[in-house]
Amino acid sequence: MADPRVVIVGAGPAGVRAAETLARAGLVPIVLDEAERPGGQIYRQPPPAAARDASALYGFEARKAEAIHRVLDAWPGRIDYRPRTLVWNVFGNRLDVLSRDGHGELSFDRLLLATGAMDRVLPFPGWTLPGVYTLGGAQIALKAQGIAIGARVAFVGAGPLLPLVVHQHAKAGVQVVAALDATPFAAKVAQLGGLATAPRTLAKGLWYTARNRQRGVRAASGIQALRAEGEGRVEALVWRDSSGAEHRVACDAIGASFGLRPEAQLADLAGCRFVHQHETGLWLPERSPEGRSSVPHVYLAGDSASIGGADVAELQGRRTALTMLEDLGRDVDASEAARLDRALARQARFRRALDAAYPFPRHLVDAIDDGEVVCRCEGITAGALRAAARERGADEANRAKALTRVGMGRCQGRVCGEAAAALLAKSTGSDVERIGRLRAQPPVKPIPVVAGAS
Amino acid sequence: MSIERRRADVAIIGGGIAGCAAAARLRREGMSVVLLERGRCGAGASGVNFGGVRQQGRDFAELPLARRARPLWDTLSSHLGEEVEFVASGHVKLARSEADMAELERYARAAAALGLRLELLGRAAVQAQLPWLGAGVVGASLCAEDGHANPRVVGPAYARLARRLGAEVREHAPVRDAARDGEGFALRTDALEVRSRFLVNCAGAAAGRFAAAFGEDVPLAPLVPNMLVTEPLPFFIDRSVGVCGGGIYLRQIARGNVILGGGDGWCDAEGLRSRPLTAASLASMHDALALVPGLAGSHIIRTWTGIDGEMPDRIPVLGWSQTTPNLVHAFGFSGHGFQLGPIVGEVIAELVAKGRSASPLAPFAIERFTAARAPTASPNPVGINP
Repeated sequence: MADPRVVIVGAGPAGVRAAETLARAGLVPIVLDEAERPGGQIYRQPPPAAARDASALYGFEARKAEAIHRVLDAWPGRIDYRPRTLVWNVFGNRLDVLSRDGHGELSFDRLLLATGAMDRVLPFPGWTLPGVYTLGGAQIALKAQGIAIGARVAFVGAGPLLPLVVHQHAKAGVQVVAALDATPFAAKVAQLGGLATAPRTLAKGLWYTARNRQRGVRAASGIQALRAEGEGRVEALVWRDSSGAEHRVACDAIGASFGLRPEAQLADLAGCRFVHQHETGLWLPERSPEGRSSVPHVYLAGDSASIGGADVAELQGRRTALTMLEDLGRDVDASEAARLDRALARQARFRRALDAAYPFPRHLVDAIDDGEVVCRCEGITAGALRAAARERGADEANRAKALTRVGMGRCQGRVCGEAAAALLAKSTGSDVERIGRLRAQPPVKPIPVVAGAS
Repeated sequence: MSIERRRADVAIIGGGIAGCAAAARLRREGMSVVLLERGRCGAGASGVNFGGVRQQGRDFAELPLARRARPLWDTLSSHLGEEVEFVASGHVKLARSEADMAELERYARAAAALGLRLELLGRAAVQAQLPWLGAGVVGASLCAEDGHANPRVVGPAYARLARRLGAEVREHAPVRDAARDGEGFALRTDALEVRSRFLVNCAGAAAGRFAAAFGEDVPLAPLVPNMLVTEPLPFFIDRSVGVCGGGIYLRQIARGNVILGGGDGWCDAEGLRSRPLTAASLASMHDALALVPGLAGSHIIRTWTGIDGEMPDRIPVLGWSQTTPNLVHAFGFSGHGFQLGPIVGEVIAELVAKGRSASPLAPFAIERFTAARAPTASPNPVGINP
């Protein structure tokens, strides 16, 4: 009997480690990834022409990054790695893929979704001005292309990415004029005990913060409101601090986003059940500690199932691959599984503290004016959403989409969905869990209209 | 759990455009109405269709209804108090062979007798008036007064109108049981029992089960149109487009997105869940490119489908039940009920409130599918458990 076909979507730390584990067990997994080279977003590799050495690109994480980059090459013929391949739909046991060869399909016996995360975006006045980026976007421009989003940049965040991105930009010669944490400082102090369960990670975070301070980067936390100002492009960032005082810095670019959210549209299309995580306000596909989803034959690992970062992704990739092997009737090293489970349990304690230290700053949405655009693909304003909630029965995310087009554009609500849910909840006196989440519809990303594909 | 009880002159199963429009009209006639909708009003076939407001190409039996419906669209936004994005863009039906063209000519002559004016365009006129069409189109039939609207907003707007007029519109209320009750009807949902003098079955793809509950088995099959939409493009397709013999159809909205449909998606056996099918989506892309080469380089941002009910002769069942007094059926619109929705609501209300409709309904009688049967003499309830 032929070996079962195992397909992994995503060549970040989770997907790569899963592929390695499966290859070691004698399977030949297929790894599909959108990017040109492996690494995912966190260890994204620049194109050859823009190559720099790993320590410049990845700092403390250089060795981990290089290790991930080497894995797929280390198993020639044993890992079927297919870069530049977009998986845009899952239906039953079939994937729809788009590659250089055009549209195609691929069936699987087992599917591992390791599709990563993206920035959580919240609108604020001026957020659609040219010159406003997400933190992740700014970081990718720097990592992949060696390009800074501006010369004088203000950064705003609500998670551990903020001090890192500030550090990376300052190191690259960018004048960082502000590093604003939208979450209160007290939340971090309260979680120190939990954060200390991962002392090395905590130490790195503190080091970035201290280094940024040493460089004289202006820092503040507990930001109440934000506004980007400028004629035709960003010229300044204005914020209100925790005491209500307003501040203004001149800048030519802003990097602002508020934590990470799973890229879970494929899990949705695969039929996975989702749960609302109260601590983070995120909708997550259900995942057992061993990596099983609610759908037989579909497995989840890494940030696409819950935000845990690159180290957790590696561990989950390995652990989930063992689960797949077990489900396929292969012998699995139980002590290896137990070791991974212990490491993941430690990481989970740290993650709970981190989530509590950086509560999602949904309050930023409450204050935005009716005229502010929430869904930039379709040009839907906060006022249109509030009116739909009040007057047209838009008390659920998909109903609001049908009535107003919010989340119907190119990004399919990946950018605006959370802000829209927050606005609808506020306007209907409900909560974001009751508002629900936008259902995924294929394609998960735009696909070109081509002839002859039928 | 305690069951709420309601009494109404009219109970309506199904909150699509027709059901909600009927509810609103019946309130204006002074009748009390309870409408029961399985999910959200207007979220079924009424909301996920192409959005064509089209008369040409219809079965001649349907044309009088479509003619009556058409003027309602001109004032629908103000009637409903919400913008439904109706645009009288004109609709062209394209001929890709001389045989197609002959067919269009025949149709135009017959339609004229029913008051529908169609303009036939030869090859030169097509090139001059529809320069965005690719090669291979030999002619077209233009219905200038046809157009399109946003289907997602029409049903919900009718539901709100019905509510404002005092109808009780219950969403997330699937009807578990429908039966005769004395001279009237008894309906049961999980939380509600409704007794009524009249019953309207406009339950879309699920309507066959309710017809069967009253002894009328109809060959209603699920129809699952496969739809796609592009990112916004500069506006260039100024007519709604269909082709002779069916297949691809497309339109561009003011925002710039091109909506295209063709082929069938997938639905489950219960007719509850549906998904677009990639083969149909790719075929639609191929066909759309051949028809409108200017779509090259654009991207599809979303695909979707939904479930309508189709009759073998592709015209609806609309009118009185043959077995059960005071029961009205309105279903099986076979993929082209959107334009008719507002007038079907009127027709239902005419039947219930006045006993007869101003429109000729004979071609839509349910007995074309059911063996002739005497109306059920016994008041025994015919329960169903969908």
